[in-house]
Amino acid sequence: MRVLHQLLQLRHMREFNVLIALILMGLLISLFTPYFLTVSNLMGVSRAFSLTAIMSIGMVMVIITGGIDLSVGSAMGLAGLITALCFDAGYSQYAAVAAGLGVGLAFGLTNGLLITAIGLPPFIATLGTLSIGRGLMYMITHGVPLTPETPDSFSFLGQGYVGPVPVPVVILLVLTLIFTVIMTRTRFGRHVYATGGNENAARLSGVKVQRVKLAVYVLSSTISALAGVIAFSRYLSAEPASGFGSELEVIAAAAIGGASLAGGIGSVLGAVIGAALIGEIANGVVLLNINTYAQQAITGGVILIAVSLDVLRNRMGGRG
Amino acid sequence: MKPFLEMIGISKTFPGVKALDHVDLHLNSGEVHVLAGENGAGKSTLMKIMTGVLRADPGGEIRVEGEPVVIKNPVHARSLGISIIYQELAVVNNLTVAENVFLAREPLLPTGLIDRTKMNADTRAVLHELGVEIDPEAMVGTLSIGQRQLIEIARAISYNSKLIIMDEPTASLSHHEASTLLRMSRKLAAQGVGIVFISHKLEEIFEIADRVTVLRDGRTVDTRPVSEMTSDLLVRLMVDRELDQLFGHHISHATDEVLMSVRNLTEKRVKDEGVFVRDVDFDLRRGEVLGFFGLVGAGRTEVMEMIFGSRPHSGEISINGKPARISSPSDAIEHGLGFVTEDRQSRGLVLGMSVRENFSLTHLSDYCSLDFVNRRKETAACADYIRALGIKTPSPEQKVLNLSGGNQQKVVLAKWAARRPQILIVDEPTRGIDIGAKAEVHTLLGKMAEEGMSIIVVSSDLPEILAISDRVIVLKEGKISGELTRENATQESVMLAATG
Ligand SMILES: Nc1ncnc2c1ncn2[C@@H]1O[C@H](COP(=O)(O)OP(=O)(O)OP(=O)(O)O)[C@@H](O)[C@H]1O
Ligand SMILES: [Mg+2]
Repeated sequence: MRVLHQLLQLRHMREFNVLIALILMGLLISLFTPYFLTVSNLMGVSRAFSLTAIMSIGMVMVIITGGIDLSVGSAMGLAGLITALCFDAGYSQYAAVAAGLGVGLAFGLTNGLLITAIGLPPFIATLGTLSIGRGLMYMITHGVPLTPETPDSFSFLGQGYVGPVPVPVVILLVLTLIFTVIMTRTRFGRHVYATGGNENAARLSGVKVQRVKLAVYVLSSTISALAGVIAFSRYLSAEPASGFGSELEVIAAAAIGGASLAGGIGSVLGAVIGAALIGEIANGVVLLNINTYAQQAITGGVILIAVSLDVLRNRMGGRG
Repeated sequence: MKPFLEMIGISKTFPGVKALDHVDLHLNSGEVHVLAGENGAGKSTLMKIMTGVLRADPGGEIRVEGEPVVIKNPVHARSLGISIIYQELAVVNNLTVAENVFLAREPLLPTGLIDRTKMNADTRAVLHELGVEIDPEAMVGTLSIGQRQLIEIARAISYNSKLIIMDEPTASLSHHEASTLLRMSRKLAAQGVGIVFISHKLEEIFEIADRVTVLRDGRTVDTRPVSEMTSDLLVRLMVDRELDQLFGHHISHATDEVLMSVRNLTEKRVKDEGVFVRDVDFDLRRGEVLGFFGLVGAGRTEVMEMIFGSRPHSGEISINGKPARISSPSDAIEHGLGFVTEDRQSRGLVLGMSVRENFSLTHLSDYCSLDFVNRRKETAACADYIRALGIKTPSPEQKVLNLSGGNQQKVVLAKWAARRPQILIVDEPTRGIDIGAKAEVHTLLGKMAEEGMSIIVVSSDLPEILAISDRVIVLKEGKISGELTRENATQESVMLAATG
């Protein structure tokens, strides 16, 4: 009884819509191909979307403050590249990973300071750093992928398994848990929501809104850099175009997961499920032999449907 | 005479709240009908149903000039001759006055472009009729709250409405603006327009009403001509208590110890707009309730914003004898200040958050260990304040957005009272709250002073200032123009300092 009651309570969660969409889409795909619902396929799918999902955790926090981070793809790509350069120069793997994450920190501080200290709109600030990141990558690689020697232990990060579960998925689950707790249970999380909900009221209540904003941009870029390091570990090759365009998918994941671009609303879990839904669609397109160019169109359609349903549901809720 | 509009057996249920329960209301043309009742009684909800913003539960009926109608939306209501001025401002700040008045029905030239000349001239005419001097081409964002309210009234008048609903229209008006509005409303009524007037101010109700309807807990308690109504009866009908028992006697808790002293406080101006506040000097003693009075635009709120660090300033502030550098609200809060802002929706509350989350935002660390929020403690503290201030909400988890205006105001008070600052600045603390709650707020402020907190009260409500202050400072055009002890402060002496 109690369990049933609690299950029914789930219905009120913001993530409910997108979770249902994820399940329905899964059922739909498995109607056409039994292969979809196999452990190996599901693990493969999870590993494929895990990087987008990891990045969406940082993105959704930025979006909840009412901002946007367009530079996540550049932070990711450049972090992977710098890690590769460090290996190339013969540094230890720890130094290489630290340097990669350092790239994220630098991106985040730059974005955060442009936005809080100078007062640039987040869209412009992160559009600028997005371009700078891309430019740097072409300048460093001259368009040629970098494939340094790496120790086997390093490739565990991107290629290893814990039981049947790929390591990137394990990292995703751990980050989801940590940041869900931070956003729902800590003072920092509350301040993030308040800043996006009404910045004036938050500031006048004593919330250090500038510090909160700086923190979410630093987190977003650093998390993206981690995704970049994982991606490099997976392919052991730093591509000059790595991460390009991924910001759109990451933003889409957060939006599908119920985040409002106006700020104040959204959740880490929602964004991760949103990323899962996008990954599921991509997988379905491949399994069902649909033209892969159609994948983008289908993803776009799903974004519009998911967000429309969310908006409609809230409107109904408001009217009682 | 047949009523212009009849509402019969109207009910409205929100999740967890029965806001209206079989309410009847008959409105005649040419009468000013006052709707009274405590916060959350259902007044605004009833008006939203009348204007098509909300749909009533099935079962009730609305008739306009005898014909049953289903009012679908505000545009439909307007076509039936019903317009409304909302409790919370609904103007677009980055448009001009005239653009707001004619929003969505701009007069056009044959070319299809907006006829600005006509729009400005018509707006000027309406404003002139209202007796106010506002430039039709001024940006609404640069006007005071009171002036913005008048823009909304001008808009309703320019629709040629047969019924104008005003939901607490005078709550943010200066005395002068309010009396202009009352005169204007009577004039419109004399021309045959029906007026519904919602107010918590007794004098005003008796000044303007033809008939009064009292709502309590979503039910109609009584409707009667104002000639058969007295203040005592009205208060009893609204809050079920006697008027003379509501407000206690003033007891001063002021000590001789200076808690905060302000010297040469002067605004650092970015733009040459509004009042220029300068050379403000005063001392605040421990346990003192210090009133700040002034006409709208005298710079009272600006002074408070400077002290609270949300407006650039120069000058010295010292607290407990030590100089305090305050350049942001969080600095001010660390120095023991608190600030109940006058504009609850844009600066006081995060509307999308719950009562609990708004309540604790000022003092969240009280419930935290290692940054983790203890929900149970937080909810319990919030529930205590909900009870103490009589905040009408189904639970601490209700979104503040869904509370009635007066109850939102109580949440703002609660969030600061719970922080227990040394110095609490309250700017228009009782705006929009009912007479019972007003008495409770005065008691609360008195209790805080008794516990050794110092309180600065900014209010346009002169009787309120006189009732609760130990001392009154009067501002005029950005400078202190008078300081009066409780014994010397009277309506006349304070007004003289504010205008003379
Ligand atoms: N959208 C909503 N969702 C849930 N409850 C609501 C909603 N709107 C109003 N209520 C509730 O309905 C009741 C009546 O509210 P209403 O705004 O009509 O009160 P009011 O008489 O105008 O009070 P005030 O004098 O404070 O403005 C309140 O208890 C309020 O919390
Ligand atoms: Mg109301």
